Amino acid sequence: MNAYDSLIKDLAPKKFGKTGKLWVGFLLLIIFGALACYVIQLRTGLIITDMRDYALWGIYISNFVFFVAISLVGSLITAILRLSGAKWSTPLTRIAEIIAVAAIIMAGLTIIIDMGRPERLFNLFIHGRLQSPIIWDVVVITTYLVISILLLYYPLLPDFAILKRHFNNNPKMQKWYGKLSLKWTGTITQQKLKNKSIRILSIMIIPVAFGIHTVTAWLFATTYRPGWDSSNFGPYFIAGAFVAGAGGVITVMYILRRAYHLEAYITAKHFDKMGKLLVLLCLIYLYFNINEYLVPAYKNTVEESAHLQGLFVGQYAPLFWLVIVGGLILPIIVLVFPKGRKPIPVFIVGLIVVIGAWWKRYLIVTPTLLHPFLPIQGVPESWHHYFPSLMEWIITFGTLASALLIITLLVRYLPVIPIHETAMEQGILDADKTTKQ
Amino acid sequence: MQENDSNSRRNFLDKGLKIGLLAAVGGAAAKALGPENKETSVGEETIELMSTDGTLIQVPMSEVMEVPSLKDENYNVRKGYPNLKFVMVVDLARCKNAKQCQSACNKSHYITGDDAWLKIYKMQESESTAPYWQPTLCQHCDKPPCVKVCPVDATFKRQDGLVLIDADRCIGCRFCMAACPYSTRVFNWAEPKQGEMSEITMDMEHLHYSPDYAGMPSQKGTVDKCDFCPHMVDKGELPHCVSACPNGVFFFGDAYEDTVTNGDETFRLSKLLKDKAGYRLMESLGTEPSVYYLPPSNRLVDFEEGMTNYDEFKSVDKSDE
Repeated sequence: MNAYDSLIKDLAPKKFGKTGKLWVGFLLLIIFGALACYVIQLRTGLIITDMRDYALWGIYISNFVFFVAISLVGSLITAILRLSGAKWSTPLTRIAEIIAVAAIIMAGLTIIIDMGRPERLFNLFIHGRLQSPIIWDVVVITTYLVISILLLYYPLLPDFAILKRHFNNNPKMQKWYGKLSLKWTGTITQQKLKNKSIRILSIMIIPVAFGIHTVTAWLFATTYRPGWDSSNFGPYFIAGAFVAGAGGVITVMYILRRAYHLEAYITAKHFDKMGKLLVLLCLIYLYFNINEYLVPAYKNTVEESAHLQGLFVGQYAPLFWLVIVGGLILPIIVLVFPKGRKPIPVFIVGLIVVIGAWWKRYLIVTPTLLHPFLPIQGVPESWHHYFPSLMEWIITFGTLASALLIITLLVRYLPVIPIHETAMEQGILDADKTTKQ
Repeated sequence: MQENDSNSRRNFLDKGLKIGLLAAVGGAAAKALGPENKETSVGEETIELMSTDGTLIQVPMSEVMEVPSLKDENYNVRKGYPNLKFVMVVDLARCKNAKQCQSACNKSHYITGDDAWLKIYKMQESESTAPYWQPTLCQHCDKPPCVKVCPVDATFKRQDGLVLIDADRCIGCRFCMAACPYSTRVFNWAEPKQGEMSEITMDMEHLHYSPDYAGMPSQKGTVDKCDFCPHMVDKGELPHCVSACPNGVFFFGDAYEDTVTNGDETFRLSKLLKDKAGYRLMESLGTEPSVYYLPPSNRLVDFEEGMTNYDEFKSVDKSDE
């Protein structure tokens, strides 16, 4: 068997093993639980959540912001690194795009879960007002979804052609991969067209990616509320999104490496590089955090101080400091040392970063709402606080599980490491009969 | 041309809303007001009304009739009444948290949630300054942040100053609630338990749902708030909170006409705001509310009396259930 054939054998999608099946079953269980809760929510209303007139947005919204944040990694790894000529990131591009597509799909669905009247969704198109940041979000998220899917799909064309040939003993798979390959034969014209399309998409996705998260930040920053009323919010959200997304890629790449024995393709070098990248991203994010908290704390207006005290020393303090230290300081300290950039520590830090990033969004959305300009009076005592209800949690976990299921299914049927590109970089493409040289 | 416009507006107001408002207590108004009407036949019953320039005049009862609905065939609920600009003045010196405004509002709009549309806040700017009661309802801002952010044009601003919600269109995203700095918007988290009363009232008054009568009915998953009671104005009556207040805290009227009334007293809006140093809430935000406040100085009522009524955790009485 030559190097090229063994490459294909290594990277071709594989059937789920026992662990894979258990994992899918586990995710489906959560998703069905969440669906059941959502049906109850549709019938009885958002009363099943812990949101009320003051805490009017909760984890549905912070979870939405989290998904949007995670999805930005697609543009970071595939576009920014690709355009800057960082060759080492090639094996990670597909993982990043898969995460991006899964996250942006779930971002769109999560925002619908938060709506009091989801059946009126089409009012957004019938009566949409361009003055509203929500419409901006609808426009950019849809655009980003389309570009992300294309950016996942175009590099897959040669891989689908390769897989069509590889699954010659499985007519069903062969048929599907054949259809998906859009009659790719690897002619010079096709290659040129593909490369040009990818280059255009890589450039296009950067402003759109900045757009989706800036607009998401503006959902908050366009209000008067202390904690949201900040001109720093757009870049602050984008910096945080890259941190979250990099953490996501690290986590997924480690798990896939273990599950599919991809040690030869996702090497220690990749963890080292991703570790370094994460340090850089965390430093940028730290800078924006200092801006976001220090400047209002220095001025210490009555409204800002009520909000900041809740975070620094009040009821949110334990969570706030865990998120700052775990999701921001710890990665910098651990990953700055070469020993910290070995696969296992990088994975652990990446996982903590993702969890921290989720809670960070909770801390951005919730505390602000509980410090309105006028005092909270005339409502039940429980309305003064917010913590998600059980059903809210189940539904939220359902969305997270759905994102993971989308990733899992894409990993099941797509080569997670680009076969064609890897072969090209290894210089073993000659054996590829689908590519005319 | 402009003069003509303002003349016709003045005529319209003289015959319509103005008299309607002033005569609200009697529920009736005169067909026309002018010096010629003063000649009355001896023995005929007369009614005392205030003219537009503030003088009291006697009008024969025969000249008094029901106010026709302000709504003509051109009425568009999204546009509102032409040549009217609704305005409210809340005199904090008179408020002692009697809460009649709140219960009247809750009752008339069939509010069944836990958060009233009109709330009386116990306010105190700092420890060294006196506490006071501040009735707070939708401020009907001229630059409403809620309208700006609505993605589907469900909440809208009318030419007569009202900010209303089309509950049939609202998608329940609650962005308007996040945007409102006055926290006056409430959400129907569950199916509103308005019971049969709202339906019976709707049937009796032959009403269909319309944004200018908020809460008739309320809908699950949509936002509600104070509508400034255009349905009362249309009948020539004052909003529920205004007429319910035993202390005459609320004054309602038309900014173009420069007049506000609480049913008993009528003031020139501009003079009242100048004399009493009226102000609006959070003026610095640039929202330009239609609700003015008069400072709680030289108080006519005792703040402490209101404490017996004060309930930090309740604004809607559900004892009927």
